[in-house]
Amino acid sequence: MSIQKVRAHISQNEALLFERSSPGKRGYQLPGLDVPPVDPAAALGAENVRVEIEGFPEVSEVEAIRHFTRLSTWNYAIDYGMYPLGSCTMKYNPRVNELVARTEGLAWAHPYQPEALSQGAMEVMARLEAALLEITGMDAVTLQPAAGAHGELTGILLVRACLEKRGNPRKKILIPDSAHGTNPATAAIAGYAVENIRSSERGTLDLAALEQAVTEEVAALMVTNPNTLGVFEENIARVSELLHRKGAMLYMDGANMNALVGITRPGDFGVDVMHLNLHKTFSTPHGGGGPGGGPVAVKKVLEPFLPVPRLKRAGKKWTWNYKRPDSIGRVRAFYGNFGVLVRALAYILAHGGEGLRNATLDAVLNANYLRKKLEPYFDLPYPLPNMHEVVFSDDRQSRRGVRTGDIAKRLIDYGFHPYTVSFPLIVHGALMIEPTETEGKLELDQFADALVSIAAEVESDPDLVKSAPHSTRTSRVDEVTAARRPVVRWKPASTGSQAAG
Amino acid sequence: MLEACGVASAEELFSHLPDEVRLKRPLDLPAGISEYEIVQYFRDCGAASAAGYTGFLGAGVYAHYRPVLVDTVVSRGEYLTSYTPYQAEISQGTLTTIFEFQSMICQLTGMDVANASMYDGSTAVPEAAMMAARATGRGGVLVARSVHPEYREVLATYARYQGMPLAEFGYHPETGALDLEDLERQINDLTAAVIIQSPNFFGVVDQVRAAAEIAHRRGALLIVVFTEAVSLGILEPSAAADIVAGELQSFAISPSYGGPFAGIIATREKFIRQMPGRLVGETKDSRGNRAFCLTLSTREQHIRREKATSNICTNQALIALMATVFMTVYGKQGLRELAEQNLAKAHYLAGKLPLRFSGPFFNEFVARVEDPDGLNKALLKKKIIGGLPLGRFYPELKDAMLLCATEMAPRKEMDVLAEVFSSAGVPSRLVFS
Amino acid sequence: MYPENFRYTKEHEWVLVEAGIGTIGITDHAQQELGDIVYVDLPKVGAAVDQGKSLGSVESVKAVSDVYSPVSGEVIEVNHALSEAPEKLNQDPHGDAWLVKVRLTAPGEISNLLSAAEYQSYIGAEK
Repeated sequence: MSIQKVRAHISQNEALLFERSSPGKRGYQLPGLDVPPVDPAAALGAENVRVEIEGFPEVSEVEAIRHFTRLSTWNYAIDYGMYPLGSCTMKYNPRVNELVARTEGLAWAHPYQPEALSQGAMEVMARLEAALLEITGMDAVTLQPAAGAHGELTGILLVRACLEKRGNPRKKILIPDSAHGTNPATAAIAGYAVENIRSSERGTLDLAALEQAVTEEVAALMVTNPNTLGVFEENIARVSELLHRKGAMLYMDGANMNALVGITRPGDFGVDVMHLNLHKTFSTPHGGGGPGGGPVAVKKVLEPFLPVPRLKRAGKKWTWNYKRPDSIGRVRAFYGNFGVLVRALAYILAHGGEGLRNATLDAVLNANYLRKKLEPYFDLPYPLPNMHEVVFSDDRQSRRGVRTGDIAKRLIDYGFHPYTVSFPLIVHGALMIEPTETEGKLELDQFADALVSIAAEVESDPDLVKSAPHSTRTSRVDEVTAARRPVVRWKPASTGSQAAG
Repeated sequence: MLEACGVASAEELFSHLPDEVRLKRPLDLPAGISEYEIVQYFRDCGAASAAGYTGFLGAGVYAHYRPVLVDTVVSRGEYLTSYTPYQAEISQGTLTTIFEFQSMICQLTGMDVANASMYDGSTAVPEAAMMAARATGRGGVLVARSVHPEYREVLATYARYQGMPLAEFGYHPETGALDLEDLERQINDLTAAVIIQSPNFFGVVDQVRAAAEIAHRRGALLIVVFTEAVSLGILEPSAAADIVAGELQSFAISPSYGGPFAGIIATREKFIRQMPGRLVGETKDSRGNRAFCLTLSTREQHIRREKATSNICTNQALIALMATVFMTVYGKQGLRELAEQNLAKAHYLAGKLPLRFSGPFFNEFVARVEDPDGLNKALLKKKIIGGLPLGRFYPELKDAMLLCATEMAPRKEMDVLAEVFSSAGVPSRLVFS
Repeated sequence: MYPENFRYTKEHEWVLVEAGIGTIGITDHAQQELGDIVYVDLPKVGAAVDQGKSLGSVESVKAVSDVYSPVSGEVIEVNHALSEAPEKLNQDPHGDAWLVKVRLTAPGEISNLLSAAEYQSYIGAEK
């Protein structure tokens, strides 16, 4: 097997900060005080003053930079290679975004500073709002939510507030069985019961089942479009009509917007409220798990309920409008993940309208190319036209005792991050693959070749795959013991073992 | 590639979409611009801002020096562009730093377990309240008015549809600390949690032990909130708290007009399975080497769905890493020294102004001021941004302004501020009635 | 494999009834499907349980499964050994790793349950 891809650099061992610490080491230097020092006990009361921060590390600056640098070499990243993670849209994180987010006047802006000194920041938010409205075809947008799930909660609360104003908030939210886990979790927080809707055999929304399920008890249907199989819900406009006829609303999870930007707009196919994931479609970096941004776009009917405050134009200036009597209130303090908004806007400015549309074309082309290359080797449970992602199952490989999780681990030996494993739930043993527009043909071919090679290994040497990965810093970790007897913090002499040898 | 897909153009791949949903015109957005133009655009936005001003605002967002090492570390592609560490074998870097983060938060707060971050302090509060409801089986929540007003608004939004009746209890008009009698009056056997903040919104170091005693006597949990993380460098963490919910923005996270920040939830061992958000645990790999992985995932949305402890998925990992580097750079002694400097600066400034409350304070305090808006206008002329007029959140405190002085507040500007106050006729060292 | 004197549910629980007391557990099939068990969530002594309703849950690393009570009654004993060693459920699901003991309030309910042979063919058919 010839592995052409870069291998994760395996560096020397690195202990934890607490294990490298010793009293007296310093990594900092504060300027001298230009005012008289104050006795903490006198100012705060002796019982309020802590003796020390027990166990807290003390290391030098050199040790600090080496520590974090060495640890970083144990990570995979987009900067190293492709992440074929379905539903995550792991596209390139443009470095210019990092620069502009650190623009001094923006990075140091205090949310309570005078509006007259915040016009630049407000201009950024206003410009992003306008762009997102054009992209989604909706009427109004809030930039407050901190992530997709946060946006979902905001969206469902908006629906609830609107229905309450009409006299009846209703009792349930319909969610397809193919949905992301945040959807039902969100509905529960908003005080709604969840009713699952089974997908049709085609894997899309079952219109007949919906017809039955949508009653006067239903507040909304939450859909992802294209759905989590990467397939466009062709009946979406009729679904919307059905819901509206019964006084219910259509919520769209915008996680898969990367398949739609510039091609079609949710506002045009009947969506009432939706969230976007700035850390997916709009290139803001994942940073190991966040931050994100989850703006929520709505149709006019939901505008009065949007979180407060709203950006408003007053003459030649921007101002924050708090006079919003029907608002659901705040979903977080201040205005939103502003630093993330800056990055998303930079991405949009860089691409422009045509560039955004081209990105969509490339994303869908790339996914379809991979489908064609992999179809002969992996089972495709729902053979419909897919958009920006494609979902296979491990059906063929499972006959040799190899599951999707094993194949994913073996992919690591080929220098790739795994695809999304075991999701969506309607596919048993799913391999969910989304390349994004970032990947060129070379990378895609290498990825496809890797999977094809693994498929062959499954036939000739399944144990090799089942015991993968073989080339990483650690082998498969014991998640079972980690869950049975959780150790979630360092304690002196509790972690007897050394760092990985 | 098009050939492999059997199409003549990528456009054809969309032909299966129903015609009536297709956008039949280009997006009405300006054409893409160059990197240089992008930088210029944001530079211009940045210029229309408060650069060059000295600020004395706190109120939940604090101006602290950001050590250079922080951006050096988080700018590494391995941290910046990596994904959530679900695949442990190729994410040991992220997982190890999160484990260190969780450990340091426990050390700082005196709690047993801490999670890998919430969106921010304001959303950590309702998450903590929901935890308390799960743990006690009760619904009611009592929150102090001296908790950050916008945090309370967020709590109200979350609580509204969860069978979580919310009530507020007051602060003592002289000390600015908790009105414990009011708490005693309102608490009952349906109260799941009492939520207080220390130092509170007025900057006052509050009576955590006393509040805990009242809460625990009634079988309720005590949730302690903090917005100024640097205070943990010097203030004794409360052993009596059940859950700590806080904001880490002070730890090298740019104010950035309100976000992104990083919240945390820390608690006692017995509540670990009620915690929201990700948790990193220590384990071994198959060769017996120490390794880390995400754990107790069954609490989370991707497994438990509607019965999850929270709907949170994406958190604030990179921001938490900034805080981790900050905590590493300063370390045990540095955090203490930093806190002592904050204490000194704020007390110097407070010494020249009439104080509204008599309670002990860390780096924020409330000054008694007839016309806070007028005073702020005068200060702006000197390129100083004054404190937050409290009338916008507390109608009974129209004659008060919340000021903050951190290690970054220069003596010169503090003297100027005091001078502007006195020229406006604000007496210094007024004895509060 | 499946004890003759147990009764079974389609949700893969078993109950052994002796003198009005039902000992409840999950079947070997269930523990195999779940994989390595990491945590067991059980009711308190004194709690009421109803046939067909959830009495607790069993967790593996990647999944949670509700445990549905095969009988109605009052919990009189809980197997605390499982909180220290949830792995017992994988090792001995029909013996040492019983979950709870219940005093039956409706003994007639047992007729709703499957016999060992019926359960065996049920799971055979499921495949």
